[in-house]
Amino acid sequence: MIDLIWLALFLSGVGTAMVTGRMPMVSNAILKGAENGVELCIGLIGAISLWMGLMHIAERAGAVAWLARALQPIARRLFPSVPPDHPAMGAILANMSANLLGIGNAATPLGLKAMEELQKLNPHPDRASDAMCTLLAVNTASITLIPTTVIALRMQYHSAHPAAVVVTTLVASLIGTCAAIALDRMFRALSRRRQTL
Amino acid sequence: MNGALAAISEWMLPLVVGLILTLGAVRRVPIYQTFVQGARGGFSTSVRLIPHLVAMMVAVSVFRASGAMDGLVHLLDPVLVWLHVPAEVAPMGILRPITGQGSLAFMIDIFQKHGPDSHLGLLASTMQASSDTTLYILTVYFGSVGIYRFRYALAVGLLSDLVSVLASVFAVWLVSGMIQV
Repeated sequence: MIDLIWLALFLSGVGTAMVTGRMPMVSNAILKGAENGVELCIGLIGAISLWMGLMHIAERAGAVAWLARALQPIARRLFPSVPPDHPAMGAILANMSANLLGIGNAATPLGLKAMEELQKLNPHPDRASDAMCTLLAVNTASITLIPTTVIALRMQYHSAHPAAVVVTTLVASLIGTCAAIALDRMFRALSRRRQTL
Repeated sequence: MNGALAAISEWMLPLVVGLILTLGAVRRVPIYQTFVQGARGGFSTSVRLIPHLVAMMVAVSVFRASGAMDGLVHLLDPVLVWLHVPAEVAPMGILRPITGQGSLAFMIDIFQKHGPDSHLGLLASTMQASSDTTLYILTVYFGSVGIYRFRYALAVGLLSDLVSVLASVFAVWLVSGMIQV
């Protein structure tokens, strides 16, 4: 499937460029895109190192286990295939907390840590497990209590009420996350049925 | 209330980092050494992502530079407008899951044209904040552990993005309705 997305994005771009005559821009964009990809990763090194380090302290201090215990009723229902005391659960909950609080780019590093742990539980290493799909669903919908980046930009553009987005974002992301979880469940049931047939 | 929330968003990062360090120290964890041990993996994780992000960014930037992105926006705009998304911000709903930078630029454009406190400005802010770049998340999360079979994750991501867009319109309508009353 990833092949199809990749090919579709590229070919529809080149096809459009034939009509719009923007081939020079596209030619440029190929190399620029590759550069951007590397720059994004280099830019991530700092945040990933920082949060992996902090997460390690939080684990050793028992804070992650505490978080896991506090949120266990929700987490167990969301991720039934993950044992409650497995490190994956702590990382998943840390990732969800980071999304909620909008802590400086912490969600991605902690999400990657969760993926690493989930991969250890995955019987098919090249295929997404059920728990991984749920983690992705929750992250793309990203339930948010304090959208720090948007608030900062609103301040920069002289908003009189920079934090006015908090309420609307909470309502919208709550609905979005519920929808994502429901859709995830639905698709999982469908894929199970297809497997057993 | 508003000032307090804005302040919290500035204080959040230092507070959380401070809390983790203090907690570690109280529990007698050798915090510096533990941090360094944990952070060591950060470099290799980031480097592992490079080929995946290069592949996806090339395709996305070709898609944008060629004008195909604009074409897709033109094609899907009427659908979102039909679903009661204001025409001025409808393109953002389509940009959001594909390119985070693109939708952020669009939001800033709305800020400049209509102001961040306008109805459209608040809606654009909400759309930006209440969802994430699905394509990027999928590439990075699955890429980091070498998964190529995404199963239904893309379908779930894109469908819930659509729900998030509609939920943003609803949320802004709800809040501005309450303010007027």
